[in-house]
Amino acid sequence: MTIGPPRIVFDKVSVRFDTPAGGRMHVVDDVSYQIHDREFVSVIGPSGCGKTTMMNIVAGFMQPTTGTVTLDGQPINSPGPDRGVIFQEYGVFPWLSVKENIAFGLNLRANRTSADEREAVCQRYMQLMGLSDFADAWPRMLSGGMRQRLALARAYAVKPQFLLMDEPFGALDAQTRTAMQDLLLGVLATEGKTVMLITHSVEEAVYLSNRIIVMTARPTRIREIIEVPFSYPRSEGLHESKEFGDLRAHVRGLVMQEYAQQAKQR
Amino acid sequence: MRRAALILAPWLALLAGWYGIHHSGFVNPALVPTPHEVAARFVELMGSRLPMDILMSTQRVFLGVLCGIALAVPVGFVLGWYKTIRTFIDPLINFFRALPPIALIPLVIVYFGVDELAKVVILFYASFFAGVIVMYEGISQISPIYVRVARTLGATDGEIFRKVIIPLAVPHMLTALRVALGVAWATLVASELIAAQQGLGALIQNAGSFFQLDIIYVGIICIGFIALLMDLGLRVLARRFVSWQERIA
Ligand SMILES: Nc1ncnc2c1ncn2[C@@H]1O[C@H](COP(=O)(O)OP(=O)(O)O)[C@@H](O)[C@H]1O
Ligand SMILES: [Mg+2]
Repeated sequence: MTIGPPRIVFDKVSVRFDTPAGGRMHVVDDVSYQIHDREFVSVIGPSGCGKTTMMNIVAGFMQPTTGTVTLDGQPINSPGPDRGVIFQEYGVFPWLSVKENIAFGLNLRANRTSADEREAVCQRYMQLMGLSDFADAWPRMLSGGMRQRLALARAYAVKPQFLLMDEPFGALDAQTRTAMQDLLLGVLATEGKTVMLITHSVEEAVYLSNRIIVMTARPTRIREIIEVPFSYPRSEGLHESKEFGDLRAHVRGLVMQEYAQQAKQR
Repeated sequence: MRRAALILAPWLALLAGWYGIHHSGFVNPALVPTPHEVAARFVELMGSRLPMDILMSTQRVFLGVLCGIALAVPVGFVLGWYKTIRTFIDPLINFFRALPPIALIPLVIVYFGVDELAKVVILFYASFFAGVIVMYEGISQISPIYVRVARTLGATDGEIFRKVIIPLAVPHMLTALRVALGVAWATLVASELIAAQQGLGALIQNAGSFFQLDIIYVGIICIGFIALLMDLGLRVLARRFVSWQERIA
């Protein structure tokens, strides 16, 4: 995979939140990094360090306290269909059927498409995500893995250039999780996208990414940025290789140190 | 078949218990008319004033609930959606909700007279406060995640309102309507204390002054059954509109 021009740029980003007690909590501290075109970047760090906060800025839900985050050189002011977001809690619409969920974005003025096109897109992603037999089912009848796939299909349907994923596979069992990772890689291989993945899992970060950004405990800074040398397509066998094991051990070591640091602070 | 038997069983038990009390000797049988006496009285009254009583009462409940819910839905929605407004308005709502409608009757007579309007005002009051609370508690439970998802897919504010907030609000509207209907029927007799000639509440009160216990029973049973039928109707409606929900509250 060749690395393209920078698209999402964090420049000296800091975030402070007002606490209910009246103080200020310093969450993100002077963070700068770039995510390049078609790159798969994972962000990993202790829980509560500020990962979701950083993703919320890219998604357009909030602004940094100081510093800037730009997308193709423009400041980010609001959410938009160019950035597909997969939330930790999926957010599948319970009042719409599986198919209506996927079509939701396509029925909005921002992405208006013809009925034929809409139907084709729905069919395509239901097929891809293994949801075809559940087109008319209510989401409450689906398993966790299926809801996750539905959220992914719904985000994909509006053809975002970016995919922002907040611990998307965290709630899934190990088998489903691996299957979802391979499915994601498969889809990305056919439709190139720029991905920012927030994860807890070192294994997942090493398996999926071009680069891994390890964050420190709060106030979070960049601990280290790690290039992952494996070429795509990647397959399960990679988990067994020595290089994979070494890299995983290195990243795990960094993350463990940050968890230890966090434990000391509290 | 089995289902029908299960549904009928508690009613039959109730009838049996009723007969049992009548014949038990613990109470003066003259004070507890038997079910068949009440049924006979029902048939007799159906040939005279009862249809008009039912019509008038149903009409009052209907009007009161309609107006009450028409106001409770938007007010409940705003209170549920905007948490800051709720903090200030909530005590006020609870203050008024705690007042029993019957205590307001003298004031209602002073301000609204003794005609239909006064009775509907009482029922409006009862159904508004019952409905508004159900509505705002329901709306405030709605997770903001759905709005955020819609935003990331490119929805405008208008689209979010029509395609996300309304569908999420409908089940709470139906629940509010059901609760308001129940409360309105429960308040009916009080509202018909105000110089009513017709209506089930009036029937019961007149019968009370002449010690016609069987008529009192007819009136009470009619109120119960009409309320039950309306609730069943609403449940059927709810099941069609919000079949996506796990459970219809
Ligand atoms: N809107 C907010 N207001 C105040 N504090 C917040 C807000 N959002 C997040 N925080 C706090 O900021 C810290 C980082 O949160 P988050 O970015 O969700 O962490 P992570 O995703 O890395 O687990 C947490 O301590 C959280 O309580
Ligand atoms: Mg998080």
